[in-house]
Amino acid sequence: MLIELLLAATFLSALWVFVASDETAPKLAAWLSLVPLGLSLYMWTQFDAAGNGLLAGSEIAFETQIDWFQFGQYTLQYHVGVDGVSFPLVVLVTVLTTLAIISSWTPIDERQSQFYGLMLLIEMALLGVFTSLDFFLWFIFWEAVLIPMYFLIAVWGGPRRKYAGAKFLLYTNLGSLVMFVGLFMLVLGLGDSLTQLSLPAIAQGLQAGELSRPVFGLAGADLRAVAFLLLFLGFAVKVPVVPFHTWLPDAHVQAPSPVSVILAGVLLKMGTYALLRFNFTMLADVATSSPAAEIIAAVGVVSVIYGAMLALAQRDLKRIVAYSSISSMGYVIVGLVAFTPHGMSGATFQMVSHGLISGLLFMSVGVLYNATHTRMVGDMGGLADKMPLTAWIFVAGSFAYMGLPLMSGFVAEVLIFIGAFDSTVVAGAPVFTAIAMFGIVIVAGYLLWAMQRAIFGPFELETDYDIEPAPVHDVAPLAVLLGLIILLGIQPDLVYEAIQDAIGPVLELNSVFGGELR
Amino acid sequence: MSEITTLPNWTALGPALALLATALALLAVDMVDPEESSSVLLTGTSVTGGLVALGLALWYLFAGTGQPAAGQEAPQGALDLFGGALVIDAMSLFFTVIVTSVAVLVAFASHEYLRDHSYQAEYYSLVLLAATGMVTVTAANSFVTAFIAIELVSLPSYALVASLKTNEGSSEAGLKYFLVGALSSAVFAYGIALVYVATGSLQFDAVTTAIADGTPFTSLLGVGMVMILGGVAFKIAAVPFHFWAPDAYEGAPAPISAFISSASKAAGFVLGFRVFVDVFGGAMGVFNWVNAFLIISVVTMTVANFSALKQNNVKRILAYSSVAHAGYVLIALAAFTGSVDGEISILGAGMAHLFVYGFMNTGAFLFIALAEHWEVGRTVEDYHGLGEQAPFACAAMTVFLFSLAGLPIGGGFFSKFYLLFATVTGGQGLLGAALVINSVVSLFYYTRIVRALWTEDAAADLELTEYPTGLYIAIAVAALATVLLIPGFGVVIEYAEIAARMIGG
Repeated sequence: MLIELLLAATFLSALWVFVASDETAPKLAAWLSLVPLGLSLYMWTQFDAAGNGLLAGSEIAFETQIDWFQFGQYTLQYHVGVDGVSFPLVVLVTVLTTLAIISSWTPIDERQSQFYGLMLLIEMALLGVFTSLDFFLWFIFWEAVLIPMYFLIAVWGGPRRKYAGAKFLLYTNLGSLVMFVGLFMLVLGLGDSLTQLSLPAIAQGLQAGELSRPVFGLAGADLRAVAFLLLFLGFAVKVPVVPFHTWLPDAHVQAPSPVSVILAGVLLKMGTYALLRFNFTMLADVATSSPAAEIIAAVGVVSVIYGAMLALAQRDLKRIVAYSSISSMGYVIVGLVAFTPHGMSGATFQMVSHGLISGLLFMSVGVLYNATHTRMVGDMGGLADKMPLTAWIFVAGSFAYMGLPLMSGFVAEVLIFIGAFDSTVVAGAPVFTAIAMFGIVIVAGYLLWAMQRAIFGPFELETDYDIEPAPVHDVAPLAVLLGLIILLGIQPDLVYEAIQDAIGPVLELNSVFGGELR
Repeated sequence: MSEITTLPNWTALGPALALLATALALLAVDMVDPEESSSVLLTGTSVTGGLVALGLALWYLFAGTGQPAAGQEAPQGALDLFGGALVIDAMSLFFTVIVTSVAVLVAFASHEYLRDHSYQAEYYSLVLLAATGMVTVTAANSFVTAFIAIELVSLPSYALVASLKTNEGSSEAGLKYFLVGALSSAVFAYGIALVYVATGSLQFDAVTTAIADGTPFTSLLGVGMVMILGGVAFKIAAVPFHFWAPDAYEGAPAPISAFISSASKAAGFVLGFRVFVDVFGGAMGVFNWVNAFLIISVVTMTVANFSALKQNNVKRILAYSSVAHAGYVLIALAAFTGSVDGEISILGAGMAHLFVYGFMNTGAFLFIALAEHWEVGRTVEDYHGLGEQAPFACAAMTVFLFSLAGLPIGGGFFSKFYLLFATVTGGQGLLGAALVINSVVSLFYYTRIVRALWTEDAAADLELTEYPTGLYIAIAVAALATVLLIPGFGVVIEYAEIAARMIGG
């Protein structure tokens, strides 16, 4: 019941905000967004899932399963529930949406009711993505995320917002299509044994059965491999993985900062979440086979290094953060493909951690921009004197990105590196890991450079604006995020335990397929 | 038939009779005082008549009229009327629901659109007469009734397209539609004549039997089938018989464009389904119509989508989009495997897509009616910034367009998926690929309109003062129906499959 309540409350809030006036919408949206936030925190106290929701022998929390309609042999269902992988992301969505809404109060000054309505609508769609356990339901939410996001970029964005919005929509839709085809090849291949399209049913069908029925002339292992490739390509656009990343800088730079927070904080996690669910859980046998594992690891490492190099070349603070997201998502790929307890769980932890850290950085860049009206590193300097609190939080966020101990980024990256180093699945894992670790150095390089130029040193500014300390409602969300980052850095078990519990069965499954588990 | 033992068989024609009676009643109402006839009364009468017809059709459909009773097999259970000249079965009722729903929406929307129109009663009456014709087409079971019913659709349609008498575009469109339509009627009639010569019958069942028994005049039969195919292709606006459509839709009053592109197309398809699947199903050796439809389908969707990309007039974009959708639905005939078995059939998928399309396409054209009512202009640029002034209508339009593109924001997603699934499982992978690629292409021009509505700045002098109630109600109902067809799509599948089984079982 709680998930339905969560979805319904968010949806009705969105409708309410749509009909509210532009003056009342900002505050109203913030108050209303506390409802899903409160609900998700309450659910945390009641959370009792065990195992991986997609695999046999698991306990799914807050599960609802109702027949929806019959499509040929398949029963489509309304099937929702959460496990240790999805629940932390649900909480992340509710936390980030509330904070992003509050941080929109300053920059968004036109068509407010539509803006905040769309923010709540996208929250509902995201909650749907992370809680759906039926393929069609999941896909509907998955696509439903794109439409509000398109409008948020294309209406309230920067000068090239229309181009960026259209590119985002077409790129990610194409990705969805490729992924959809890939999944349906598997569904058709499973033949008559499959009678419902719930994700657990598909996962367990794939685990148990041969793909007996040929699809497009492919059967058995070939069909699995091709479907794996299509799914991977589809999700790679979303993550994004180099070379499918070109929509990301455009979308991020043009989107207003609060929208970037949602985009980087949660939308990118849809890609890695889906990779984990589909490619690395359903088709774990393909993911662990050679040379697929090595290729994926290489793709992850390339994303880490290339993303970081691109960030190094930027002057625009927002572009720096945007490109560094590509780098961070690369770590997730490296961790997932390792198929070790720490690697996979660490990668999942990184999804949550990066959601908070990139949210913090985008938000603080937004606050700096509100005051200075520039984001170019060379155009400003010495902001620490004028807006000390914002500047110091930005510095703290940057250190979190670099992996400073006692912050969540450190935990995530250390776990990923330990896990990836031990990998038995990827041949030459230590080499891949070592190269990936070098990414940290580059991150430190560009963030320190940017901080030194923009925050410290004597005050200078190219634009003609008086700089005053940011208002409380701008800084408070930053402080909350920083607090959460430190909390997870000190006490990662708050979420890590649940994650490990859900990742464990995936690894056991992997050993079924002949990979040795250590 | 046990469910309707209390009603005589002729009552199965109830929807058509209700529409006809309303059409005549409108003329009578107008005769009382032609100078001062109340437009509210006229709209009210037409909407009521349409709703009665829709209600009857839904009631019959849900009550199981014209469906096999327990223990019967699929083609049984249909009600033959007038010696087999008409047949009421699940398919005719399914399409009657589509036609009457569209007619009701169009009648609602016309209320404000016609405010300065001098022949309102005649307009509504013609709409309802055309709807009567369409409902009769769905029930036609003989080439004679089919031809008469098609003419009953066409003649009012020509007049309706040209009904803006002072508007040059409207008159030109009407004339163009009439000339091409008259030619296609002639071809259609000639085809019927040839089939008659070859088989000695006009009644569908008799023709089916004659073909099954073998006819010595196979080449005449083949030529007749090709000509009938041409007549159907004209009605549904499939390439290469589509060139009238963009001009006629562009010139016609927008509610009429909605009516013709949704309801008239559905009527054309129902004829195509019945004639080719039911009657010519055994004549595949004479003329392989499945292959012919395969080519027409792929060419139609491709040509239409690429033409739409080049248009700048919103109505023409939607006109080409409607041609493209004819191509998608034609897959139902192009991938037909000879019989309907299993739980998912390509024929059912085509019907389900027409059902959803009836709402989303009508809604999109009604939005254009709204824009014409506001006199904002006709090109994509003229639509800039409408979203700020009319957020509700523009949100509805966004739903229609994305649903037409196949995004899961409306029933169009499921119906397209249904088509794709049935195509691929039927072994026509390449046809499925054509459908997918075309849907991607279509996203470009649908997005273009959405972008114009929301992301562009409005012209400085854009000021909307009036928000017409009737149009808003019609658009809201269409949008609601489009969205609710996602959770409620199971019902559409269920009845589409029963309908498909009535002719292909």
